[in-house]
Amino acid sequence: MTQASTFETDQDQVALICERHQKDPHRMLDILRDVQDQFRWISRETMATVAGKTGLTQVAVEGVASFYAFLSLTPRGRVTIRLCDDIVDRFAGLPAVVEAFENALGIAVGQTSADGAFSLEYTPCIGLCDQAPAAMINDVVLTGLTPEKVREMVAALKGGKRPEDLISHRFDALSPYERAKRMVKNNVRHAGAVLLGPVPEDAGLMKALAQTPAAIIDQIAASGLRGCGGAGFTTGMKWRFAEQAEADRKFIICNADEGEPGTFKDRVLLTERPHLLIEGMTIAARAVGAREGILYLRGEYVYLRPLIEEVLAERRAKGLLGKAIMGVEGFDFDIRLQMGAGAYICGEEGALISSCEGLPGEPKTRPPFPVTCGYLGFPTVVNNVETFCHAARILDCGAQWFFDMGTEGSHGTKLFSVSGDCINPGIYELPYGLSVRALLEMAGGEDAAAVLVGGPSGTMIARDTFDRKLTFDDLATGGAIVVFSPERNILEIVEYYMSFFVHESCGYCTPCRVGNVFLQKAVAKFRQGLANPADIAYLKDLSATIIETSRCGLGMTSPNPILSTLENFPLVYSAMVKPPKDRIRATFDIQSAISDARVLAKRRSSIYDKDFTK
Amino acid sequence: MSGFSFQIDGVEVTAKPGQTIMEAADEVGIYIPRLCDHEGLRHQGGCRVCTVKAGGRSVAACTQPAAPDLVVENETPHINKLRRDLVGMLFNEGNHLCPICEASGNCELQAMAYRLGMTEPTKFPYLEPCRPVDASHPDIALDNNRCISCGRCVRASQDVDGKGIFGYVGRGIHRHIAANGPDLRHTDAEVTDFAISAEVCPVGCIIRKREGFARPIGERDYDDHLIGYDIEKKRDE
Repeated sequence: MTQASTFETDQDQVALICERHQKDPHRMLDILRDVQDQFRWISRETMATVAGKTGLTQVAVEGVASFYAFLSLTPRGRVTIRLCDDIVDRFAGLPAVVEAFENALGIAVGQTSADGAFSLEYTPCIGLCDQAPAAMINDVVLTGLTPEKVREMVAALKGGKRPEDLISHRFDALSPYERAKRMVKNNVRHAGAVLLGPVPEDAGLMKALAQTPAAIIDQIAASGLRGCGGAGFTTGMKWRFAEQAEADRKFIICNADEGEPGTFKDRVLLTERPHLLIEGMTIAARAVGAREGILYLRGEYVYLRPLIEEVLAERRAKGLLGKAIMGVEGFDFDIRLQMGAGAYICGEEGALISSCEGLPGEPKTRPPFPVTCGYLGFPTVVNNVETFCHAARILDCGAQWFFDMGTEGSHGTKLFSVSGDCINPGIYELPYGLSVRALLEMAGGEDAAAVLVGGPSGTMIARDTFDRKLTFDDLATGGAIVVFSPERNILEIVEYYMSFFVHESCGYCTPCRVGNVFLQKAVAKFRQGLANPADIAYLKDLSATIIETSRCGLGMTSPNPILSTLENFPLVYSAMVKPPKDRIRATFDIQSAISDARVLAKRRSSIYDKDFTK
Repeated sequence: MSGFSFQIDGVEVTAKPGQTIMEAADEVGIYIPRLCDHEGLRHQGGCRVCTVKAGGRSVAACTQPAAPDLVVENETPHINKLRRDLVGMLFNEGNHLCPICEASGNCELQAMAYRLGMTEPTKFPYLEPCRPVDASHPDIALDNNRCISCGRCVRASQDVDGKGIFGYVGRGIHRHIAANGPDLRHTDAEVTDFAISAEVCPVGCIIRKREGFARPIGERDYDDHLIGYDIEKKRDE
């Protein structure tokens, strides 16, 4: 076969992929994901073909292809290994795992083997902190990695086994649920009354269908339910706004893009309570008058896709989705699954809608808000997985039942994802209002020196404030609780999280795009011992500007790792700016400053080269 | 709903429903500093230099709708400090060497810095990027090192020229403006495009070949006036 004809066939296949998605530019992410899966990269020729088919400019296609971490503009290996490099994984032995991969594959992280068989990459938190170190290998995930396991896996893959075969030799015979369970432990440590205890099938939906939409919304409002993704907006109010909006089409979107490092509660709900989730979305559809829904599943949870698809198909077959749901004439609702492709920002509701529309995951200008002008400009309710599950339970058990749990302003239960330095990492469903100390006792993390509540965009607290409460009014959290023992270096943690935000900023607005890079550099100075006392004020000052001027929640919270550790661990910073004994304050590393010039000049300095004599 | 009034720095301003704070301010001759916004183009809200305090909340004036009785703070020491930080970020993100730049004197970034009283280096680190220059087109050159990602050329080409020769690619600090093809020569860009015109690019990134340093010192846009003068002079009319 000649080169030219291969090219033709390739582009024919790209064209076929576009046809499969009706050449719809709003399905760009699906198209590019399929291209990536088939060809392992997205070439310029491919972008031209996709642009031609969908009627977009090539640069618009490139804008999407270059935005998402799981899409690649250079060839990737047939087996792409993505190592989760979250700080929890690092502390759980990631460096040894990386070394084992690099040695076994003969490539470094960031490289693809010459034969195109393997790529090795880092990726931020993949939602498996309770079983770290973890990695994605194509569409499967592997947890609790050790160098020994890595050597065995790589040998098997080199011997021609598929990544799926690493999970089970009879992988294809397993049900989607069994596959998910083989790959990932649920680690449910405490089941509460609402979500993880016994849940009757579709009882909430049945009751909802006997009520008017207004009555459904009244119940949700009376229950005190607030969004569980982190922002905590009152769910009843959100539904009411969308219900009141006049439009031909309305949408219900489930945000299953939990990307906050240390959060993995939705992973467990998607595995164990997928029917409850879809039930909740269906109730929301009934309440606001929506006929179309989208479940946005983060790219890292691609291993759950078959499970969700099976659940959707099952519900369609049972008349729980589709036309005339449960026999109610005129109540039509169906859901499509939208896969993400590696972008934390898509957890922000505007960015999530952009992503569903086939655009780069950039937040939208507010106002207008999604409830009046969301997906494709139609009124849209975006709620977190846990929020929809709660809604279904509230319809079944009543608003008062839910309202009576928790504390004032924070009603019901909450799923906490506990990970890090504790004996029992996993999921705890508990009523709001518990103290951090109580949760640490349950999880076996009493020795903690620091606890990060709500992930890096939340608050890092020290031992003296472990009595603070897990509520919206005190320590608000989407569910992430990361425990750090006294051996951990606070500044290392902070620097990691700042690099995370730099990696995940969409780049739309100046303060978040540029300011976070400056913050990251400033923290690095502290770690290197090059900071001076004025740098503490500089950190606070720059953080304040970023928070006040950023366009969305990412930039409004990204300085939190710095600000909350400055407040709660001030000695960590002041220790790094103490004057040295010789009173000469190094604020500048001349070695690294001149290293480029030294290479260019091909000369070495007898003064500045520490290893000059070698 | 008919017209309504609100306040900017204590001045009563009349606005029509649907107008943004900036649109209403422009009409009455109150200048709110901005870089990514340009008259006749869609609002973007990306540079954030137009940040104002409206009803106690910091918002981008170019995208935030005006509302009856809203109290807006524009020229306060606090807001101008934020703006200096933002402009400082834009300077240090790219490579802006005013003394050798063709746009000097006509550059909105430079003029904004002067307006905000920036006369010395900030404490921000220089990122010193190494971005490729695209001189492939016979009539146009792009020095991306001076780009501030305002996206005015993107919107001008899409919405005014109906072409789409530019677009954003990449994410985060790597997000940048790219040509709709391997380079500008392989697009249908023409030097007569509105997107290429001197008024669209606020800095010295889009260069029309063979017309460099056309205006001598003393006759450049901001030699005699602060940026925003054209709007502020309406107040005296």
